[in-house]
Amino acid sequence: MSTLSFLLQKEFKQIFRNRSILGMIIAMPIIQLLVMPLAADFEIKNINVSIVDHDHSTYSRELTNKIAASAYFKINDYSGSFDASYEEFQTDHSDLILEIPQNFEKLLVIENEASLFLAVNAINGTKATVGSAYLSRIISGFNGNIREEWIVPAKMHKAPTIDIASKNWFNPFLNYPFFMVPGILVALVTMVGVYMCSLNIVKEKEVGTIEQINVTPIKKHLFILGKLIPFWVIGLFVFTLGLLGVAQIAYGIVVEGNLILLYAFLSLFLIAVLGIGLLISTYSETQQQAMSLAFFLIMIFILMSGLFTPVDSMPQWAQWMAKLNPVTYFIEVMRMIVLKGSGFEDLKSHFLAMTGFALLFNSWAILNYRKTT
Amino acid sequence: MSREVVIKTDRLTKKFGDFVATNEITFEVYKGEIFGFLGANGAGKTTAIKILCGLATPSYGNATIAGFDVYTQTEGIKKNIGYMSQKFSLYEDLTVLENIHFFGGIYGLRKKVLKEKSEKLIETLGLQKEANKLVGALPLGWKQKLAFSVAILHEPKIVFLDEPTGGVDPVTRRQFWDLIYDASDRGITVFVTTHYMDEAEYCDRITMMVDGLIKALDTPLKLKERYGSASMDEVFYELARGAKRSAD
Repeated sequence: MSTLSFLLQKEFKQIFRNRSILGMIIAMPIIQLLVMPLAADFEIKNINVSIVDHDHSTYSRELTNKIAASAYFKINDYSGSFDASYEEFQTDHSDLILEIPQNFEKLLVIENEASLFLAVNAINGTKATVGSAYLSRIISGFNGNIREEWIVPAKMHKAPTIDIASKNWFNPFLNYPFFMVPGILVALVTMVGVYMCSLNIVKEKEVGTIEQINVTPIKKHLFILGKLIPFWVIGLFVFTLGLLGVAQIAYGIVVEGNLILLYAFLSLFLIAVLGIGLLISTYSETQQQAMSLAFFLIMIFILMSGLFTPVDSMPQWAQWMAKLNPVTYFIEVMRMIVLKGSGFEDLKSHFLAMTGFALLFNSWAILNYRKTT
Repeated sequence: MSREVVIKTDRLTKKFGDFVATNEITFEVYKGEIFGFLGANGAGKTTAIKILCGLATPSYGNATIAGFDVYTQTEGIKKNIGYMSQKFSLYEDLTVLENIHFFGGIYGLRKKVLKEKSEKLIETLGLQKEANKLVGALPLGWKQKLAFSVAILHEPKIVFLDEPTGGVDPVTRRQFWDLIYDASDRGITVFVTTHYMDEAEYCDRITMMVDGLIKALDTPLKLKERYGSASMDEVFYELARGAKRSAD
């Protein structure tokens, strides 16, 4: 066991002497958690609308004001010609064109029916769908108002409507960071674990010090433990800094569930992640190779994990890929424990899957790690 | 002469695909001897040394090092040897003392022994002022002397040196050889590869490798006599002239 303590002392000395690693351990969770949730916010705001008003009536102006009053829209221009607005559309200055035809008000009053034309710039698919949905809602609201004040006399024949009352559970104010921050923290811990662990070992290969280690009677498993334990500790530290530091102070996220359970899952996840780092290092001779391989894998792990897009809306093959990805499970665990307060009973299958990954990656890496050529 | 044999190889061969790095080499090394392993770049010296250290497995042939079999008892070999590679391989981001403690520690030296040994080592090398400096900041010659001293810290039976004096100035090289003689006097067998022919003269016996084969094995004096040469340089040219491989 004293061999292990010599190995650990050496690793920690080297890590604390390396300013860039130290900077990464401290600055990365803070900066990433402060910046990324803002960028990864899927709430669509500031949709630019061009309004082409051929009618210039009270109603057309009322509708325009209603749109302008909404927090989601910015009236980009208000003109009388579709061509002028189309110009704006083409240069990407506006996302939606709403054309109000001539006699809009007249038709509405006399014929009880009028139509509007909506053109959607669909380059950004999300913005297009969400934008046109918001706008349709505003228009139907406007429509309802008119019906009440103009068409329907009293309560005579009120159209039957179903009123929906909804309540948001677990994140009552639909606060976006509540959903994203725990997930981003997982991505962060994944990166720290995979990169640091693989690069550290491959660096020893590149510099040649590993050869010096390989001629000593050190047992393979002790050397590997000596490499994994320090990064396991660093992973715990980064996570704690992110969760109890940034997430709590900057976003007011308080863990709903059991903190010990959360850390138990984190420890397990870190073992799996470090196993991936170790595995990468056994397949790479240079830090450049390790970096490229780690980058490739992390990209897939994070994009396929349900961090940004729900796994349920992926095609079937992608759902299978997400199931083969340890990050998926820990992101779910995080969201469930942090936001919902789930207990171990709810997370049994996650526990089994993550244990499986930890065993798989580490035994694969250990089998592939060679002291001799 | 019935001296104790510490390294014994029998038709030891390592192939990389079609390339035969060492071709059926057979030799014996005696205890306390300084055994020079000479050859041009690419002759197969490093491969041979890696097999003997348990870093590489031979394709066929046998070898025992300090009584341990090279196929089945590599961990036994590793306890009884020291190794210094071509590449400098102490930790540059650890201090002199930390490197000594680390390598001594993983060979299982007791704390007290380790402390005594490191003090003595630092004194012998005259590194008192540098003891707490990072190894990366030392000049190459000092690094090499330190690496050698660390390699024999645990008093191995045999120490393998792979071109230990590459890029080192003549004065430091001389000092380095003083350290080698010291170790040899203490009974440590020194197995050294080099392509400095003046260093070859310092060895008790030398082998010449050409294209993976051993072309000669004897004392420097006898080799010079055999080839009628005044220096080892000429012996080397005589033997290495026919070499087909040149790249390392």
